[in-house]
Amino acid sequence: MSQSASAVEPPPSKVRRTSFNEGTGRLAALLLSPTLIVLVLVVVYPIISALRESLYTSGGIGDDGFVVEGTQFVGLDNFAAIFSGETGERFWNAFYNTTFFTVTCVVLETLLGVLMALVMHKAFKGRSIVRASILVPWAIPTVVSALLWKWIFQADGVANAVLGTQVLWSTEGWQSVLSVIIADTWKTAPFIGLLVLAGLQTIPDEVYEAAKVDGASPWKTFTRITLPLVKPALLVAVLFRILDTLRIFDLPYVLVGPNKESVETLSILAFLEANQTRYGPAAAYATLLFVYVAVVAYAFVKLLGADVIGEARQTGKKAGRRKKGGA
Amino acid sequence: MAGRIDVKAAEAPWYRRWLPLLGVGLIVLYCLLPFYWMIVSALRRPSDQFDNSIVPKVWSVDNFKDVFQAGTGFGRGLLNSLIVAGTVTILTLIVGMVAAYTLARLEFRFKNAVLAIIITTSMFPGISLVIPLKKLFSDIEWINTYQAMIVPSLSFALPLAVWNLTAFFRQMPRELEQAAMVDGCTPAQAFRKVILPLAAPGVFTTAIITFIAAWNEFLIAVSMVNRKDIQTANVVIAAFTGTSGRDQPFGSQMAAGVVVTIPLVIAVLIFQRRIVAGLTAGGVK
Repeated sequence: MSQSASAVEPPPSKVRRTSFNEGTGRLAALLLSPTLIVLVLVVVYPIISALRESLYTSGGIGDDGFVVEGTQFVGLDNFAAIFSGETGERFWNAFYNTTFFTVTCVVLETLLGVLMALVMHKAFKGRSIVRASILVPWAIPTVVSALLWKWIFQADGVANAVLGTQVLWSTEGWQSVLSVIIADTWKTAPFIGLLVLAGLQTIPDEVYEAAKVDGASPWKTFTRITLPLVKPALLVAVLFRILDTLRIFDLPYVLVGPNKESVETLSILAFLEANQTRYGPAAAYATLLFVYVAVVAYAFVKLLGADVIGEARQTGKKAGRRKKGGA
Repeated sequence: MAGRIDVKAAEAPWYRRWLPLLGVGLIVLYCLLPFYWMIVSALRRPSDQFDNSIVPKVWSVDNFKDVFQAGTGFGRGLLNSLIVAGTVTILTLIVGMVAAYTLARLEFRFKNAVLAIIITTSMFPGISLVIPLKKLFSDIEWINTYQAMIVPSLSFALPLAVWNLTAFFRQMPRELEQAAMVDGCTPAQAFRKVILPLAAPGVFTTAIITFIAAWNEFLIAVSMVNRKDIQTANVVIAAFTGTSGRDQPFGSQMAAGVVVTIPLVIAVLIFQRRIVAGLTAGGVK
């Protein structure tokens, strides 16, 4: 009975689908065009423009000793200048700082985030309080949290009072690096926790029960069941954190300040150059940062198989399977 | 139901019962202590600024009064932030909703490619967009205008909104539009009259997340504007010099921070369930 009903149903839906699908490509293109046009204007055009800009110098004094108006093509001079001499040192320092912040912050945030997610997953009481409080660091503007930590790390601030130390946190050196790392970890570890928790909640209880029946230790359950199953969610969260930390700007800029060697990142360096209307070198720095980010993202996706658009693709597959089943 | 859980809990050793609760307490402290310190510091008298007691000896709103004094530009900054973040949110929703619905419902070639492109654009470092745009805007005399902050903000707001909305639209059963179309609606009418009203919670959540992202933006705002009456609140606070001379006026900075943050925190507390759903569905900041 039910079999005949399901056998009758497919044809109309199939007919509708084909008529619906006719010209779908053109309709989709039409409906997507506003978004794509905006993205081309505010993302693709600037990236290409930065690349072009990095090959020019704006004004300055020409070879003949006269002031040159407008821009002048200098080829790869801007890049050559970046890699040599004093600017080279400054660039490599910024490159090192950016990389160091990214590695340290993301490792710390991931460990703390996973720990938080595990605790929240186990807790039944107070879940809504935790969820509310975990959103607070995320909602606070980075600038405000930078000022807040600057205040906490003030010479006669509360950090020194609690620790019983006399560290001058916001001066050059390891202490200012540490203060940036602490502030960044505070703000984003809960966010990773939130994403990992969502992954944990998709793991069915039966899997854990089966492991318990098989006599798996808690550690083994964690490494053999929880981690592999939560890996897709975790990888995407970590990828986004890495890319976000590679462009870190607000936090060191406000917490410690501009022109501080120990916390100067590539974004800050490019920003300071652009502020002095030295657009050529600024664009060169920005282009290098862009390439760095692209390489890291590509390597991450290729090596670890982070499936960024996974959710969308899955539904596509499911729809396809349904269609096949109907035919 | 509750009784059964209690019986189970009673059987478990004491640390099993209390450890998760302890962990929860630690997480709450971790998240809220610095925020608490900001509020408390804002509520001290300016003369007690360096007093590190957990509760102020004398409560005072002087810091808040200082922040809104004429000349700080903070009130104007709040208004500017509202204009910029509000416009970005509205523009993003209008443009993004159509794209998200298309991505959620229509089957077409290159769909995965389009999704990948949209998500990729949100990964680009802000500074590599800001520098060429800054040069362009100074050529067309857009520096110190609202649009100079609004247009670049679309670069991160639009992918975020499209991603979130796509997830929401996809959760809605296809049968809704099919029923509407059987009743004689065109696909466009089905979207407008059936889907949109039902998707309102999702659209609203996306609006909040987008607004918070735009409200918190700093790099674009500090790059494109140097006139004080156009600066957003974030830029104004970061550059606060205050009235108390050479010392950094942390008290009034904390008060300004509280003013900038409290609306967001209240929105987050009210809509926490939805925001968490939105954030985890999007998987994007």
